[in-house]
Amino acid sequence: MTTVQLDAGAPFGAAPPSGGDAIVTRGLTKRFRGGQVAVDALDLTVPRGSVFGFLGPNGSGKTTTIRMLLGLIAPTEGESEMLGLPLARALPRVGALVEGPAFYPYLSGEANLLRFDAADPTADGRTVRARAGRALERVGLSAAAGKRYRAYSLGMRQRLAIAAALMGPRELLILDEPTNGLDPQGTREVRTLVKDIAADGTTVFVSSHLLAEVEQMCTHAGIMRTGRLVAHGTIASLSGGLATRVRVETPDTADAARVLTGLGLADVRAGDDEVTAELGGHAPERVNATLVGQGVAVRGLGVVRPSLEDVFVGLTGEGFDVDG
Amino acid sequence: MSTAERPAGATAGATMGGTTDTRERRAPGLVPVTESLRTAERHPVEPAAVPPLPPAQGRRWPFLRLLRSELGLTFRRPRNLVMLGVLALVPVILGVVLRAIGADGGEGGMGGLLTATLGNSLMLTFFALSILTTLLMPIAVSVVAGDAIAGEAGAGTLRYLLAAPAGRTRLLAVKFANAALFSVAVTAVVALSALVVGLILFPAGPVTLLSGTTIPMAEGLVRILVAVGYVSAGMAALAAVALALSTFTEAPIGAIAATLVLIIVTQVLRVIPQLDFLGPYLLPTWWNGFDGVLRTPIDTGELSSGLLAFCAYIVLSLSIAWARFTGKDITS
Repeated sequence: MTTVQLDAGAPFGAAPPSGGDAIVTRGLTKRFRGGQVAVDALDLTVPRGSVFGFLGPNGSGKTTTIRMLLGLIAPTEGESEMLGLPLARALPRVGALVEGPAFYPYLSGEANLLRFDAADPTADGRTVRARAGRALERVGLSAAAGKRYRAYSLGMRQRLAIAAALMGPRELLILDEPTNGLDPQGTREVRTLVKDIAADGTTVFVSSHLLAEVEQMCTHAGIMRTGRLVAHGTIASLSGGLATRVRVETPDTADAARVLTGLGLADVRAGDDEVTAELGGHAPERVNATLVGQGVAVRGLGVVRPSLEDVFVGLTGEGFDVDG
Repeated sequence: MSTAERPAGATAGATMGGTTDTRERRAPGLVPVTESLRTAERHPVEPAAVPPLPPAQGRRWPFLRLLRSELGLTFRRPRNLVMLGVLALVPVILGVVLRAIGADGGEGGMGGLLTATLGNSLMLTFFALSILTTLLMPIAVSVVAGDAIAGEAGAGTLRYLLAAPAGRTRLLAVKFANAALFSVAVTAVVALSALVVGLILFPAGPVTLLSGTTIPMAEGLVRILVAVGYVSAGMAALAAVALALSTFTEAPIGAIAATLVLIIVTQVLRVIPQLDFLGPYLLPTWWNGFDGVLRTPIDTGELSSGLLAFCAYIVLSLSIAWARFTGKDITS
């Protein structure tokens, strides 16, 4: 395996190498009739091979952006490009799940896949059944292939939509809220599937309002708020902007604070039953040993890594719909 | 923006590395989880894994493939089959009723065509077409054509068709071709049903036309074929109107209802004598023009005027549909 190369030092929004980007938008803006600005001068770059989390509360312009990328709605200003190709040539290489599944209720799952495949002028009608079979197998719907879509559960519908996105060899997968409405089991399945797909080299652009989900799946993230991109970068660079802290649970908060300060830790804060401080370059086990050695009763000690939520709160001063 | 074309994935490897470390991550509100970053690892895209897609021309007739899929949807959909079934049933009822009331019903408003029907098996076809083109066949065609775009939009399937990408112009062309073929099917079903019923219930043999001359039965069948073609074209013109209306809404019932209202309003306008000058511009005026084939010689003047009107409606409606659909934001 190769070495870590996460652009960790890059500032937010830094442009990755220009060649081969999966998605590039420049000043992308959508103003709906009535003046409401859904997306405001969006400059987004999604590098190839990344799993990009497109994060933001409901109504922050994520779906509008995705619709503009796919050519479903026209931008008021700005431009977007996928895979460095004109839209009509890029789309056959892009699998998309936009705002939930939509299929013909009176057709079976398989017949639905055949239907949408027929709309792709580059798809080969002679191989479509084999491709549909593989796609259904991949999302675990083989047994329900002949069942009418009407009878599918919400989780099955969502999986069929992902199967439809996997009908061809895709270079980019755009998944808009792929776990919406799924139970925890279904959510985990989708997450595993996304990771598998990404491991095959497909770039995945996944929108979500769930921070935890993005943190678990993605290598990169962009955070949207009211139509604007407020942060943009690798997960490491995003959460690297905040310091890792050590948290000590102890009844002797005053003593603990003194010891931590003595060790040279910055920003020591004492609470009722705990003391936290920036860990800096210190090893947590050494901190623990020192505390115990100086007679501080340590009930627990943990390392708190900054989460995307902290980043979000830090950037916007707003709360976030964590579990939506 | 880099618009230069390049082989798929050729440059992608340069932007990527992999990650090896396993680290503890804390998901907000949850216990710390140890997760291998391997699972979210970025891999170089190997050019071999994503072979360049062949150009569209490499596939044989993508238009026909989509059209076949469309026809499959149309002719397997229970709703449409029921409509075709009802249309096939009406000539049966007409034939049986005409046979039952016999000659004494012949003095009704239908005049010549009705009397002629009683005398020859082929005439029931013309009679059935003239009855059904007034409303029932237009309803069936409106339902399919009005549903074409609005139905996909309402169900949300339109966004997936366009992302496939079906192409807006191509999708519209396929939708119209499908609706036109459904128009042919509607007309053919009525004609065929009436022909069979006519042959069973009424005397076969040389056909006496409205102009009084008699032609051999074989020529009568040819003239039925001409009438079917003409009526199909008239229904296709209606389909174009319904398709245009279908691009303006996401509620299929809205497009269908608007088309039906349009038909009924024009039918009403036609019976107002003071508005006779409007007649040639109204679509339904021309639907009964097929009775030109019942003259000797065939009244080609009326038929071609009708076909011209149908073409005008098709061109105009499809232009509107195209202008609307290609510029439309798909938000459904």
